[in-house]
Amino acid sequence: MAAPLIRTQGLEKTYRLGDSEVHALAGVSIDIAEGEFVAVMGPSGSGKSTFMNVIGCLDRPTRGAYALGGQDVSALDADALAGTRNRHIGFVFQNFNLLARTPAIENVELPLIYAGVPAAERAARAREMLGRVGLAERVHHLPSQLSGGQQQRVAIARALVTQPLLILADEPTGALDSHTSLELMALFQALNRGGMTVVIVTHEPDIARFAGRVLRFLDGRVVRDEANAPLDAGRQLAESVPA
Amino acid sequence: MNLTALLRIALRALAVNKLRSALTMLGIIIGVSAVIVMVAVGAGAQARVEEQIRALGSNLLLILSGARTQSGVRLGLGSNYSLNEGDAFAITREIPGATAAPAVRGGAQLIWGNANWSTVIYGTTPEYLPVRQWTLAAGRTFEPAEMAGAAKVCIIGQTVVKNLFGATDPIGQSIRIRRVPFTVIGVLETKGQSMMGTDQDDVVLMPLNTARNRVLGSTTLAKQRAVSVIWVKVDDGLDTNAIAEQVRALLRQRHRLQAGADDDFSLRNLAEIMAAQEASSRILTILLAAVASVSLVVGGIGIMNIMLVSVTERTREIGLRMAVGARTRDILGQFLVEAVTLSLIGGLVGTLLGVAGAFAVALLAGWRVLLSTNAVLLAVAFAFLIGVFFGFYPARKAARLNPVEALRFE
Repeated sequence: MAAPLIRTQGLEKTYRLGDSEVHALAGVSIDIAEGEFVAVMGPSGSGKSTFMNVIGCLDRPTRGAYALGGQDVSALDADALAGTRNRHIGFVFQNFNLLARTPAIENVELPLIYAGVPAAERAARAREMLGRVGLAERVHHLPSQLSGGQQQRVAIARALVTQPLLILADEPTGALDSHTSLELMALFQALNRGGMTVVIVTHEPDIARFAGRVLRFLDGRVVRDEANAPLDAGRQLAESVPA
Repeated sequence: MNLTALLRIALRALAVNKLRSALTMLGIIIGVSAVIVMVAVGAGAQARVEEQIRALGSNLLLILSGARTQSGVRLGLGSNYSLNEGDAFAITREIPGATAAPAVRGGAQLIWGNANWSTVIYGTTPEYLPVRQWTLAAGRTFEPAEMAGAAKVCIIGQTVVKNLFGATDPIGQSIRIRRVPFTVIGVLETKGQSMMGTDQDDVVLMPLNTARNRVLGSTTLAKQRAVSVIWVKVDDGLDTNAIAEQVRALLRQRHRLQAGADDDFSLRNLAEIMAAQEASSRILTILLAAVASVSLVVGGIGIMNIMLVSVTERTREIGLRMAVGARTRDILGQFLVEAVTLSLIGGLVGTLLGVAGAFAVALLAGWRVLLSTNAVLLAVAFAFLIGVFFGFYPARKAARLNPVEALRFE
């Protein structure tokens, strides 16, 4: 069996708040294989966001090891981590984090700019990605001219454009209504069926039900790790539309 | 990440807050245009002084008759005719490289036809023209026979020509100076203003004896063969100060002054005075530029201020850029380019405004201004450096942000 895409061993993260130490992560050892769809759940302060920051290479663990795609990344410096994020990880945020007053296509091109891809190729790949998330007609729209769901699709296109190893989504449906959330989950499921590893952080059980595996965090530890028979978001969507 | 991409990001960011960007640039615009105008005005003043030095003739010594003490009262310079034409001839004869021209000076009314004009009379020798580096526009200079015979001939300056003759050719015309008829034999070239601002072209030259005997009319003057001033020209390549000391020694010897006694004449090194004035106008230029540069620095502080605000406002954008793979140097470059873009656009607009301002000063105040490419390039380069210097701190602050905290920033 191949090495898992993500392997953490005894991951700890300690923050110092004044005199007291806060153990945001207190020993997390988890494997996530390629092609999994994982939902990370837990109440606020449970460490799920810190976990995501660490596996997203935004933050370094205080102790413990983290290998991404078989490579140990827990000891890399800031610029090396930036390169890892750029090549291997696609982020989707709750509040979309699109650049204001910047057309959709340029938002999608952003990671490719930092990867040093020539302009013509950037534009072609960004256009193709926008097409895959169903926004071929909105390439030159500004974020302010797009709906919330469309904005999140732009963000997903931006996450996919570098052909990363995994997509990390932090509360991706937090700012969307239930119907749009469903559409989005259908998109994630479609991507996952295409082979993409997806990790979603959420506190909504309804959203977690679309994942094939659910990790529950509490006080910096994984307290439950269970397989889940995922609901099909696409089918639900079809059923919810009045005939 | 290449410069064009950074420049596009910078321009877009600046375009988002147009008013703010424009106001920030204003500091640099004012600074750069002030530097350019000030340097242009200063350089213009300096050029004027240099021109006056050329007009005066370089390497020139001026000897004035000394003060006379009468019953214990010291009278001013020139009150005593301690110099005589023999002194001048001796200087020319005995000091190699020095040419002296003695002169007596007075005022007189000129009449030609029904026109009249009051001007300055110089009784002098033919050496006066080469010593003052003055040439004739027309006619000829005095001949030895005219010098010896106190002939009633004169050479007139351009201002006199204009006021007395208008368009008529003055050569050969007869003018009356204090009722004595004189024949005009020559016309001087235009020389312009002296460093004191007097019109050097408002003058009539005549032989020394003619002036003493027939116009200024003093018998004592004539007997003593006295003169009021002696101009001495030092040949090029010689040390003017050394020649000045030789002249001083010669005159003291001729005047039989004891060692320790005061000079009975005043010797001035005009080139030195002019050089001092040139130096002071150069210092003035530097001073003006320095004061203007202060406003440029203030403009730079404005840029720094706005860039700090911008970094804070765009913390989330910085976090996002880091999340998708921007390295420290990408963020540093982005904000540095933004600051430099502000300062460079400000510098270019300021250059246009400064050049226009220099012309406006020339036109409205009538001052002489001198625009130099170097001053303009220097001002723009300085603006660029200001952008780099004051942009670096905010850019570094942005580049050092922690991506996790930046993304979470509200």
